[in-house]
Amino acid sequence: MSENSLAIRKFSDLANPTRFLALADRLLPWLTGLTVLFFVVGLWLSFTTEGDYQQGETVRIMYVHVPAAWLSMMCYSVMALAALGTLVWRHPLADVSSRAAAPIGACFTFLALVTGSLWGKPMWGTWWVWDARLTSVFVLFLMYLGLMALNRAIDDPARSSKVSAILVLVGFVNIPIIKFSVEWWNTLHQPASVMRLDGPTIDPEFLWPLIVMAIAFTLLFFTLHIAAMRNEILRRRVTALRRLAARAAGRGARAQ
Amino acid sequence: MMSHAAYVFTSYGIATLTVLGLVAWVVLDGHARRRELAELEASGIRRRSAEQAPGETR
Repeated sequence: MSENSLAIRKFSDLANPTRFLALADRLLPWLTGLTVLFFVVGLWLSFTTEGDYQQGETVRIMYVHVPAAWLSMMCYSVMALAALGTLVWRHPLADVSSRAAAPIGACFTFLALVTGSLWGKPMWGTWWVWDARLTSVFVLFLMYLGLMALNRAIDDPARSSKVSAILVLVGFVNIPIIKFSVEWWNTLHQPASVMRLDGPTIDPEFLWPLIVMAIAFTLLFFTLHIAAMRNEILRRRVTALRRLAARAAGRGARAQ
Repeated sequence: MMSHAAYVFTSYGIATLTVLGLVAWVVLDGHARRRELAELEASGIRRRSAEQAPGETR
């Protein structure tokens, strides 16, 4: 066997849900442990580092707000990749991945909105403004909810996967809009201070807890996503087995 | 007017509740699905792949 076909075999093995379940069972304890570890360190740093000379204690809201906002966009990007997997390669796990990610993304977006509001009140003097950044993130939140509703409305995953994938890809246009909204429009929200071409402009005192918390949130996302994918595979198996049982019962009734 | 610390603790409080809620949902959902599968298997309903030789998918 050539090396190339071996690599393809290995890749397609991952597409096998049974293999995925085995891999998930092996990975999840480690991922959970790492997530907890990073959260312990991250939270400790969040509360032991100094406050800002202008913002005072409220700067600590950043260590939750910014990672949650990053994750809300990363989760949607993962869903968009999964949607490509559904439409282009018909990867059996792609739809499972996209469907499992939606509630998690909705939670992170909710957190970004709520903590942003709680930061805006003392710093800007208002809970909410309809500026470009806040509005586009609110639209992202509504899109997550819409996708969850759509996934629930169509029972058969075989039929819902394509519709849902197209909708995810159409909605992906919102992600660059969110990212660049603070540069394209005059917003109350500040422009990026970490992910910049000319390097972070934020003080190292705040950068370290932020980085550790961002890693913790990212690990949390992958842990929850893999666990939710496993749940979704199990859910589909239960549905398939119930259908099988109903068919067998129907045959049995006819035979009598 | 709340003090600054109150905004910080409310933020962390809501974040903790949301994350714990999400974790609880994922864990409970997993347990419920495993229980359903176990019940189905106990009543003798198995996946075809568990009965047949591998390679036959449909």
